[in-house]
Amino acid sequence: MEAAATPTPDQGLDRRRAVAALLDRLPDALVVTGLGSPTYDAFAAGPRATTFHLWGAMGGAVPVALGLALAQPDRTVLAITGDGEQLMGIGSLATVAACAPANLTIVVLDNGHYGETGMQTSHTSLGTDLPVVARGFGIAHTHTVATMEEVESLAARADERAGTVYARVVIGLHETARALPPRDGVANKNSFRAALGLETF
Amino acid sequence: MSTPAQAPLWQESVFRVLKEAGIQQVAYVPDAGHAHAIAQARADPDITDVVLTSEEEGVGLVCGAWLGGQRAVLLMQSSGVGNCVNMFSLLSSCRFPFLTIVTMRGEYAEFNPWQGPMGRATQAALELMGITVLRVDDPMEVEETLGAAVDSAFLAGEQVAVLLGQKMIGRKKWEQD
Repeated sequence: MEAAATPTPDQGLDRRRAVAALLDRLPDALVVTGLGSPTYDAFAAGPRATTFHLWGAMGGAVPVALGLALAQPDRTVLAITGDGEQLMGIGSLATVAACAPANLTIVVLDNGHYGETGMQTSHTSLGTDLPVVARGFGIAHTHTVATMEEVESLAARADERAGTVYARVVIGLHETARALPPRDGVANKNSFRAALGLETF
Repeated sequence: MSTPAQAPLWQESVFRVLKEAGIQQVAYVPDAGHAHAIAQARADPDITDVVLTSEEEGVGLVCGAWLGGQRAVLLMQSSGVGNCVNMFSLLSSCRFPFLTIVTMRGEYAEFNPWQGPMGRATQAALELMGITVLRVDDPMEVEETLGAAVDSAFLAGEQVAVLLGQKMIGRKKWEQD
């Protein structure tokens, strides 16, 4: 099948640079990362207590970020995930649109492939246009981000908390060094809450 | 949206317990048995109601709410439990407090055989994924049992499902009132 939209390694942003720039510009943001490479990208940018790394629960990044955004309306909340993880939880975009939290920004690192399982093509290589899908679900502000300048603009927009933002960041198929955060979800949950001044339970 | 003129008392008990427990996010897939709690949540300025496309979103949502310092509940029908199974791994991997209230189908006077398979597997599916199941068939016990589930979830950090039996919920009525 023709896969004209697939980014090649020399197209698309360096995922690590894009995520590092975004997190660097949003030091106070609360972050949820989808399993696989987005979790590694966020961790490679430096550990922070207010990042919750998913190591499983595929499709859960956006719903977790939504619950967090509703609970913390005065903080910028970022969901950073990949095209495959987003596709598995695609219905959650309708739920996000219905709630329309002004402080939630969804960032999908789209390389058109399932990186964790051997770089099989994903649906975004086969015709699915995520920003169009998000717009169709009712999210008003949808963007495709293809340059580092646009990453900067995206960070500024997220920081404004002026409406739910959906951004597809076009990334290349670069090899990245492994950067694995701890897999202890209990510790991650408790340190995240402690950073917000909350007890374990 | 209209609310039934008089909800069964047990349905009123459900919302009263959730309100007194300080629940601030109510996630749900629409369901007749939960109609009163959903309507009350929508009308309450201190509660955010979140209508889901699939129940598994609700598992993620309540975990996100907890990360951000709020208590949340997931209201669903027994068929929805099947939609959640892998997402339940989030609860045990991270030991999130979890409260869900499940209206049962596929058991008492069920007219639709398609509800049977998941209805019969609901309790076992929850337990296989490490969730404690409390079941209520007597409307007089709804308040007490749900209150116990609230304490287990939010004071002890446990994962609890309260199943509301189909006999208590009542037969599905086809005619318009």
